[in-house]
Amino acid sequence: MPMTEMGGLIQNRFADNLAFTTVDNVVNWARKSSLWPMTFGLACCAIEMMATGGTRYDWNRFGMIPRGTPRQSDLMIVAGTVTLKMATRLKRLYEQMPEPKYVISMGSCANNGGPYWKHGYHVLKGVDEVVPVDVYVPGCPPRPEALLYGVMKLQEKIQEDRVLRRRGETLGSLAGASMAPEASK
Amino acid sequence: MSNPAYGWRVDDIDTDEMILNMGPQHPSTHGVLRIELRTDGEVVRAARPHIGYLHRCFEKHAESVDYPGVIPYTDRMDYVASMGNSLGYALAVEKLMGIEVSPYVQTIRVIMAELQRIASHCIAVGTYGMDIGAFTPFLHLLRDREKILDLFEWTCGARLLYNYNWVGGVSHDVPDGFVKAVRQFLREFDAITYPEMIDLLIKNKIFIKRTAGIGVCSPELAVSYDLTGPNLRGSGPPRDLRRDEPYLGYENYEFDVVVGEGKFGPRGSCFDRNWVRALEMKESAKILHQAVDRLEKMEHTDVHEKVPKRVKPAKGEVYARSEAPRGQLGYYIVADGTGINPYRVKVKSPCFTAMSIFHVLANGMYIADIIALIGSLDVVLGEIDR
Amino acid sequence: MDAPSIHGRLKDRFGEKIVAFQAEALQPWAVVAPDVIAEVAVFAKSDAALAFDNLLCLSAVDYPKEDPPRMEVVYHLFSYEHRHKFVLKVHLPREGAHVPTVEGTWAVANWHEREAYDLFGIVFDGHSDLRRILLPDDWVGHPLRKDWVDPDFYNGMHVKPTPQMAERAMAGEKIGVGPFDFTPPNRHVDE
Repeated sequence: MPMTEMGGLIQNRFADNLAFTTVDNVVNWARKSSLWPMTFGLACCAIEMMATGGTRYDWNRFGMIPRGTPRQSDLMIVAGTVTLKMATRLKRLYEQMPEPKYVISMGSCANNGGPYWKHGYHVLKGVDEVVPVDVYVPGCPPRPEALLYGVMKLQEKIQEDRVLRRRGETLGSLAGASMAPEASK
Repeated sequence: MSNPAYGWRVDDIDTDEMILNMGPQHPSTHGVLRIELRTDGEVVRAARPHIGYLHRCFEKHAESVDYPGVIPYTDRMDYVASMGNSLGYALAVEKLMGIEVSPYVQTIRVIMAELQRIASHCIAVGTYGMDIGAFTPFLHLLRDREKILDLFEWTCGARLLYNYNWVGGVSHDVPDGFVKAVRQFLREFDAITYPEMIDLLIKNKIFIKRTAGIGVCSPELAVSYDLTGPNLRGSGPPRDLRRDEPYLGYENYEFDVVVGEGKFGPRGSCFDRNWVRALEMKESAKILHQAVDRLEKMEHTDVHEKVPKRVKPAKGEVYARSEAPRGQLGYYIVADGTGINPYRVKVKSPCFTAMSIFHVLANGMYIADIIALIGSLDVVLGEIDR
Repeated sequence: MDAPSIHGRLKDRFGEKIVAFQAEALQPWAVVAPDVIAEVAVFAKSDAALAFDNLLCLSAVDYPKEDPPRMEVVYHLFSYEHRHKFVLKVHLPREGAHVPTVEGTWAVANWHEREAYDLFGIVFDGHSDLRRILLPDDWVGHPLRKDWVDPDFYNGMHVKPTPQMAERAMAGEKIGVGPFDFTPPNRHVDE
C-alpha cells in the first residue's frame, strides 16, 4: 500500500484518544479505583465502617463496593478486636481472598490490642501476628474520615506497586509485616 | 402427585440432613456470631449458636482497673448504644455508694440516653431491613443517626464511645445552643425520619409478608429465657423499667410503653419485635421534647459536683439494672471495701439472654428466615461475648 | 413481700438447709446449702406467694482469701407478678466445685451456667450441655479465678505481650502508616 493511502487511513483518527503510559500505571490505576472490601465487621469499628459506607461519608466514591464473601474481595478491613478464637478464622478468610489482596487494620484493637493490651487474656495483640497488614489506621474507633484517609494511603501504596515484579515477591503485601516469627514457634 | 410425563413422583425427591455452618464471617449475623444449623432440605431442624468470637474479657478488666476506669470498657460492650451501658454502670456504682445526682445531671442523662436509644434503634431497624433485602431504609436511617452523633460529638468529643456517664455526674456539661440543636433534630425526626421509616419499611407489604409470621415467641417462653426490652414487649407484656422501677426521674415523663400487637400475624413475631423498636423511637422523641423543655428552665449546676475524688465504696454488693436500648442491662458489682478496684463485676446483658432463646425459635424455620430472626432479636455481639 | 418474709417462707419450707440470712445488706441475701438449690429454685418459682418466674442473673464469685476459701454462685431472682426480688447464694469449695443445675426451672440459666463453668470451672450437675461457651474448646484453665495467670502463648499466638511487642507498638513500625504517626487528613506535616 502506498504511503499516502496509509496516511489517509490513520490520519487524525487517534489524535484525541491515544495516550502513552506504562503497564504498571494502568493496572495500578485500575486496581486502586475499584477496591472491593470484604464486609468484615468484628466489633465497635465495624459500626464506624458502616458509617463510612453509609450516607454521609459514602465510600462508593472510591469505587469501594462491600462484598459478602472473601472470594470476590481484594481488601480486608479488619475492623475491631481480633480475639484468639477469631484469629484462626481470620487467617483462613485472608487465605481465601484472591491475589492481589490488601489489609487495612482499623482501630487500636486490630493494630496492637488497644485497650485490651494488658489484661485481655483472649485478645490478639495486633492482627499483624496472623496476617500481613498494609495500612494501620489508629483511633478507638477511628473516625470515618480517618478510615477514608487510610484507604487513600492504600491507594497511594498500590499506585507505587510494580506489576512486572521480581520473582518471589507477592504483590499485595510487598511492604507488609512479617508473619511474626516468634509466634510460629 | 405422580407426573406420568416425567416418570417420577414428587414424593420420591428425598431430602437429606446436612450440617450448615453460618458465620463467624457472615454479612447478616451482626458481627461474629457462628451458628451451626442442622437442616433437612430447606428446613432447620436444630440450631446451635456458638458465641465467644468477641470475648474481650470485660469482667477481667473490671477487676483490674479502678471504678471510673471501667466505664470506657462498658462503652465498648454494646458499641451501638454506649451511653446506655455506661449509664447502667454509673447507676450501679452510685447505688452502691449512695450518691444522688442533681436533677440537672439527671435530665442531661435522660436526654443522652434517649438520643442514644433513637440512634441505636436506627441501626437496629435499618440493618434489619438490610438483612431482609431493603437497602434504602438503612441509608436513610444512617443519615439521621449521624445527626445524633453530631450532637454527642459536640458535647463530649466522641462519635461512638463516649465515656460520658461518670460515677456521680457526666463528663461534660451540654454546650451552649445544645437545646436548640436537639429541638432542630426532633423537628427533623418527627417530620422526616419517622414517617419515612414507617412508609419505607414498616408498612412495606413485602417486609410484612417476610417477617410477620415467623419466629413467634410466647410471653411465658420469653420470661423463662429472660428476654427483656423490645424482645419481651414484642410478645405482649408491657414491661419497661423506665415505667416499672423508674430511675433518673423517668416517672415524671409522659410516654407510652409500646407492645407488639400482632397486627399482621401472631403476636410476638419478628415483625412485632421490630415494630416495637420503630415505635419506641417516637416515644423517645416524646421524652426528649419534655426533657429539653425542662433542661432549659432548670438551674445549672456543676456536672462534676457529686463526682467523688476517689471512688471507693464500702464493702457490699449490688445488682442494679437499667433499661438500655436492647433491654434490661444488669450490673452485679461486689466491692470488698479495701481496694480501689471492683472485686467482681458481672454483666447480665440483654443480648446474651436474647441469643440463648435462639435455638428454640429457630426450630422448624426456613434457612432464609434465620436471618430475619437474628435481626429481629437485635443482638450486638460485643455485649453477648463481653 | 419484703426480704425477711421471703426468707421466712423459704426457712419454713427448707429449715436448716437455708444456712444463713444477711438482712442488713443493700440487697438482702440468703445462703442455701448446695445440695438443695434445685429444689429451692422449683419451690421459689412454683409457690404462689413467691412466684419468682424470672432469673435476672446468675453469677459466680471467687473468694480465695476468705476462711475457708470459697466459690459463690449468686442467683438474683425477680417476680414479674409480685415485683419483688431476692438473692440466693451458694457456697462451694474452690477446688472441685459442683452444684445442681437450675436450668430446668429457669431456661435462661443454661447459658449463665455454661459461662460460670467456662470462666470459673464450676461444674453444674445435670446440666444438659455443659461446654465452654466464650473461650475456645481447647483453652486450658478458667481465667476469672483469682489465681489465674496469663499463659505466654495460645496456639502460637501471644497472650501476654512481650517487651519487644510493647516497644514496637510504642515506636511504630515503619510500614504503611504506623500505629502512632498518623497525621489527620486536614493538616500537613510541615506546618
